Amino acid sequence: MSIVEQIKDKFKDKVDVFVKSKRRVYVTAASREDGKEVVRYLFRELGIRMAIASGLDTRPGVEILYHMTADRDNMIVTVKVLVKKPELKMLTFTDFMPAANWIEREIHELLGVDFIGHPNLETLLLPDDWEAGVFPLRKKSFESEKEGIEREYR
Amino acid sequence: MGKQHIIPIGPFHPLLEEPEFFKFYVEGEKVVDADVRIGYNHRGIEKLAEAKTWEQDIFLVERICGICSTSHPFAFVQAAEDVSDIEVPERAKYIRTIIGELERVHSHLLWVGLAGHFIGYNTVFMWAWKYREPVLDMFEIISGNRNHYAMFKVGGVRRDITEDQSSQLLKVLDEAEKFTKMITKAVLDDPVLHARLKGIGVLKKQDAIDLCVVGPTARPSGVAIDVRKDHPYAAYDRVPWEMIVMQEGDVFAKAAVRLLETIESVKIIRGCLKDMPKGPIDAEVREVGVGEGIGHHEAPRGEVFHYVRANGTNYPERHKIRAPSYMNVPSFKKTVIGESLADAALITASVDPCYCCTERMAVVDPDSDRVLMTGEDLIKLSQKKTEELRSRKCF
Repeated sequence: MSIVEQIKDKFKDKVDVFVKSKRRVYVTAASREDGKEVVRYLFRELGIRMAIASGLDTRPGVEILYHMTADRDNMIVTVKVLVKKPELKMLTFTDFMPAANWIEREIHELLGVDFIGHPNLETLLLPDDWEAGVFPLRKKSFESEKEGIEREYR
Repeated sequence: MGKQHIIPIGPFHPLLEEPEFFKFYVEGEKVVDADVRIGYNHRGIEKLAEAKTWEQDIFLVERICGICSTSHPFAFVQAAEDVSDIEVPERAKYIRTIIGELERVHSHLLWVGLAGHFIGYNTVFMWAWKYREPVLDMFEIISGNRNHYAMFKVGGVRRDITEDQSSQLLKVLDEAEKFTKMITKAVLDDPVLHARLKGIGVLKKQDAIDLCVVGPTARPSGVAIDVRKDHPYAAYDRVPWEMIVMQEGDVFAKAAVRLLETIESVKIIRGCLKDMPKGPIDAEVREVGVGEGIGHHEAPRGEVFHYVRANGTNYPERHKIRAPSYMNVPSFKKTVIGESLADAALITASVDPCYCCTERMAVVDPDSDRVLMTGEDLIKLSQKKTEELRSRKCF
């Protein structure tokens, strides 16, 4: 049974699977709990290693993409989880996948996502005296949309 | 015993994206804890890439790393091609493979030289760099530059390799291969090196899997992963070569894997030059398209990973870059604890992050902030241990 069938079989309507090509599969999880279960299943039971996670600022929230590299099957399975604004709370994956430690710290400081249960959510990349509440990878345009015409142009 | 010292190491020169700062807590000679902090030269390239066009981004990502400068463009153009499944001409695939492997040869030779220097084998340092030099010259002949070759573009490569160049390249490869074979035999047979490097800084297989380490940090620990074999791209599935895997996970295995890989790289380049078909080198791509793309490439230090999201404009919506050391560096916490200070420099060097870090190591007394030892002292300590082993003949 292929990885795609195994995921569909196990998680049914909790995930939305999009097969872009033979080597690229995108799995959108319905909630952050489902996302964690899918990644745990891929990592622990199917033995697929995590390449990295990407955080992406969108209007409804921050999208987190876990890129899982299936070396035996020549495939990259990307698990997408939408962390909704304004709370931006996500579950940590470090309890079963130590490799997620650094990237969660990075997403925390660059995009402002809070990872519940992370052992050490300190700054990794930015200087220690970085201004709190300034997240470099957030899209400026979304911020200014909120401000509307009140924004001052210079 | 009893009194703990902290050894800060770094922050170091930007070889890869992430210069690191290590703090070793030592009791006497033994390392009892390790801490790492990165970001000292965070240049915000991911953010910058969103403000530059696809064409400009290729040059931007090439500047991430000076040693493996082709790895990032290699992964990035594949990610951009993945967005709308652009097919690359055959000849371009072979040229890409040749450039990628030539880079591995020079990068591994550089590592061998520096590793030799650390353990007090300065002859190895001089020799390895002597044979690395013609490889860099070859890059200049092919691309016009010894580093930052700018060979890649979305849909192909920028420059062709002529008949004349390929015959010159074969000569350089012969020399490099002869040297690598000789040094490999010398390393594998040398009893001092066995005594010095075996059983030091062991990364267990399960730790390697948990930490998702990649490349020549994973393969010596028995994790048989190589992007070139597992996810064939460019011309890697068209030429014969072997993946080098070892089981021990110590510094010796890491050195052996790198040396044996260099010989495999020479084999790949020879195969490519022999089979390279004639034809166009560029698919003349007009636009990238809309969607998501992932590209990865086996750089000298492991898998480079690029994710892009295209929104139909000339700029990427998001560009995520992951260099191999990002996954490899956290493995220090597993490998360095319990080892002696004389080995710490070598273990930090064994995953091939950047050597400038060790030049700036210092042993500091935490109570008075007084520098007890500098980086040079640590290298001397490491070299002295080799000397002692040699004189005691305890192998």
